[in-house]
Amino acid sequence: MTLALRDISKTVAGQTHIHTTNLTLQKGTMNVLLGATLSGKTSLMRLMAGLDKPTTGKIFWNDADVTGMRVQDRQVAMVYQQFINYPAMSIYDNIASPLRLQGKSKAEIDVAVRKTAALMKLTPHLSAKPLALSGGQQQRCALARALVKDAGLVLLDEPLANLDYKLREELREEIPKYFEASGAIFVYATTEPEEALLLGGNTVTLYEGRITQFGKTPEVYRHPCDRITAQVFSNPPMNFMAVQKAGSNLTFEGGQNAPAPAGLADGQYTAGFRPHHLEIHRRHKTALEFNGRLLVSEITGSETYLHVEHKGERWIVQAGGVHDGRSGDALSVFLDPAHVYLFDGDGALATPAGFGRGA
Amino acid sequence: MEKTLNQKAWFLVLPVFLLVAFSAVIPLMTVVNYSLQDTFGNNKFFWAGLEWYTELLHSERLWSAFGRQIIFSAIILAIEVPLGVFVALNMPKKGVWASLCLVLMALPLLIPWNVVGTIWQIFGRVDIGLLGHTLAALGIDYNYTRDPLAAWITIITMDVWHWTSLVALLSYAGLQSIPEAYYQAAKIDQASRWSVFWFIELPKMQGVLMIAILIRFMDSFMIYTEPFVVTGGGPGNATTFLSIDLVKMALGQFDLGPAAAFSLMYFLVVMLVSWVFYTVMTNLDKKAGY
Amino acid sequence: MGMAHWPRRLVLGGGLKDMAKITLSKLAHSYLPDPKGEADYALKEMDHVWEDGQAYALLGPSGCGKTTLLNIISGLLTPSDGRVLFDDIDVTQAPTAARNIAQVFQFPVVYDTMSVRKNLAFPLRNRGMDRASINTRVEAIAAIIEMTDVLERKAQALSADAKQKISLGRALVREDVNAILFDEPLTVIDPAMKWALRTQLKSIHAALGHTMIYVTHDQTEALTFADQVVVMYEGRVVQIGTPQALFETPAHTFVGYFIGSPGMNVLDARVEGTFAYVGDEKIALGADYGRPGGKVQIGIRPEFVSLHGKTGMAAKIHRVEDVGRHKIVRAELCGQAVNMIAPEGAEIAADAARIQFKPDAISVFVEDWRLEPGGGKQG
Repeated sequence: MTLALRDISKTVAGQTHIHTTNLTLQKGTMNVLLGATLSGKTSLMRLMAGLDKPTTGKIFWNDADVTGMRVQDRQVAMVYQQFINYPAMSIYDNIASPLRLQGKSKAEIDVAVRKTAALMKLTPHLSAKPLALSGGQQQRCALARALVKDAGLVLLDEPLANLDYKLREELREEIPKYFEASGAIFVYATTEPEEALLLGGNTVTLYEGRITQFGKTPEVYRHPCDRITAQVFSNPPMNFMAVQKAGSNLTFEGGQNAPAPAGLADGQYTAGFRPHHLEIHRRHKTALEFNGRLLVSEITGSETYLHVEHKGERWIVQAGGVHDGRSGDALSVFLDPAHVYLFDGDGALATPAGFGRGA
Repeated sequence: MEKTLNQKAWFLVLPVFLLVAFSAVIPLMTVVNYSLQDTFGNNKFFWAGLEWYTELLHSERLWSAFGRQIIFSAIILAIEVPLGVFVALNMPKKGVWASLCLVLMALPLLIPWNVVGTIWQIFGRVDIGLLGHTLAALGIDYNYTRDPLAAWITIITMDVWHWTSLVALLSYAGLQSIPEAYYQAAKIDQASRWSVFWFIELPKMQGVLMIAILIRFMDSFMIYTEPFVVTGGGPGNATTFLSIDLVKMALGQFDLGPAAAFSLMYFLVVMLVSWVFYTVMTNLDKKAGY
Repeated sequence: MGMAHWPRRLVLGGGLKDMAKITLSKLAHSYLPDPKGEADYALKEMDHVWEDGQAYALLGPSGCGKTTLLNIISGLLTPSDGRVLFDDIDVTQAPTAARNIAQVFQFPVVYDTMSVRKNLAFPLRNRGMDRASINTRVEAIAAIIEMTDVLERKAQALSADAKQKISLGRALVREDVNAILFDEPLTVIDPAMKWALRTQLKSIHAALGHTMIYVTHDQTEALTFADQVVVMYEGRVVQIGTPQALFETPAHTFVGYFIGSPGMNVLDARVEGTFAYVGDEKIALGADYGRPGGKVQIGIRPEFVSLHGKTGMAAKIHRVEDVGRHKIVRAELCGQAVNMIAPEGAEIAADAARIQFKPDAISVFVEDWRLEPGGGKQG
């Protein structure tokens, strides 16, 4: 089973929602669409589902052209951010409804519904109406309806966005399990990098209607192909700084020097590094020291986010433990050059972080 | 948004196409045909070209009916829209009273046009009607069959009674869709009742109000049954609106040619105004989305 | 309701002091007309003082009563029991407009037809401030929320985070507010934008010193925003403390679970003096807890569980999740689930491992409430 988008694009009223895109998703994979609001996640999903027709290009399902085929004729299930269930039906009937439409026998339906309900921890609520349940349970019911169909393609459009933080955490842990049990192609849209990492599988990063990178999730996270992908896949946001390469030397803004990676042309680059790689104590001998100014410190109890200004750039330091300080205080932060990505003038990755190469 | 194409879908709309062809296109073509010819009976027709159109455009009778029509629609809109909004603002938001209000408001809308006309025709009669008789007893000279002003007041009151509910119900639906947070924020900002209306309620009701105005305009511009039943277009020609005039011309005098030309022009005016409304409305929508 | 009979200082703010201490006295609320037992109360009886100029967060899951409490403070809801005092003036029955509070809602509330400037000026115009002062004030606030360049734009056409900044600006524009209340204000904001808005909020609090109360279900937002976090659970305040206190010494297993990601590991155990017994394992505690009875549990944060090659308790590893900055290891110890956090790049054996708990990071709970060493029970 594969879903292939070939030279797909989508233009609505002169505005390009999706630029020309090629993407092939394999059977039994979890694929996360990661990008900010309006980056094209939902547009892409609607094209995959067949809810919209692409302006150009074709969509293939198992090598058969399904461009323009009705959604009803495809094996597609979709779950939305809003909890969409039939309010007048019991949970049992809600889960059973797609099977009834498929004309399955009563016995078959009963077995499938009970199995899915058990997986979704809905067994005690089968006779309840959706609105009598909590948000988490309502969304479980919507997920159950999507899974019970045994569709080849399951599309989840920010399904956890309307849930409480802790419930989100629980369902995030559970969704990969359902996915493993089903063997379908899962596509999961989210704005949160952490969610993509937790779900694993593959990640597609989206920015302004373009796919910037597609690959295994940790791979995309540690080897972003360009600056935009790195930004999309960093929360807290990635920090940047100008750097000059000359000969065997890298000179950071502020005069710090580090050995330059081999094979890099001389010139101006942008260094990118994630907040948790900045330290407030020197841990490695090779770490570079940067003298900045503290703007704000946010303490979570287990760690502290220190917002630092360094030569006009705003950085975030994600440090373990509790660190307080007054706004405006001088603050030294340390960075191991092994954690630095170098991006060239076009934003393309010039050298990955040494750390990333190893992982 | 563009949807998936499926050719089978055309079969589903085929019956509607046939129906529209029989009920609209063919009669319309007949009317066009009539409007360009003259007849002296015996089913014999002579080519008249645009003669009827030129004649009508210079006809004082048509222009005065048109003027009366415009004034009538303007008055109706000027009363029903603010009144409807006012009623909607004062309806209870939830609970038993809200449902009861909705039912009461919907009642006038369920009464057939000619029944409404008959009700008011009797209601206003000086000899037996409650309204007419009471007014006469109070010493007010009210007689819609003799006095043009009384006739206008009667017809306008009747229309307001019949149709304000529609505006009110649509506005009510618009009001219900405003999130509670807006009202809370306004309280916190110490906004006056008027500010709440002007800056929150009215902007949020814009869409439904446009629809209400469009429906009421088209409907009132084509009003026929009620004035026909109540006043028959009189006294004199005081309440002869466009459609009453048209029927007089077509059926009363059997002037098929001019009547056909008349109805086409009538149709075009209604279309034109509706199109203007539609354009304005969609532009507003575009401004709302970004 | 008119506001003539409310003290002038509350209505106009007065010149003495801008913010107020807010006291909740024996406050409780039930949405039922005739509440019988405690179960009928959406908000159980509480006493609390919100100190002047502090930043508080009200943290809890949906339906824990936090929005009810916020609405009582703002005056959108009148409590069924108890009193609300601003400084020492009873405002329990005072309408919202008389309390001089500002509120930022979950979804941005902007006046669509007005420009950004008019939106910001609106609360001041309604209070009859003169034009020149309004302009000065609006421009000062626009600079703080970094919207000076869009002041003349229509609010309607702006993005969600810009609209939410306008809502925040309208709250800040009045110099005399007693408190600013936030009702999950970052719900509709993209993650990257959240960082910017949150720090802006933090800087604004540092600079202007308003009393701020921030309601959220998101622990990161609550912890990073507040000096003091009020954790609510089923209509009850279970702990009030600094982010550090909530993390290190949760007063209730719910706080342990709710704070932290993943939350605290809570294991059924038997406690005898300085040792706890989970299944066959003997675990050293940081202090002497005596011999508590009833339902006894020990809690340990995933951050304080370490993986060791050779020594420690035998645990079965189910799954390792790479979340970028670190790894979450999902394991099982004597039939009970244990999560732990391993550093980025750590090598983790496929199935079995030996784990250790950091003794002084272990909490002991009896009937879900924290037990202090020496047998003292909190809560």
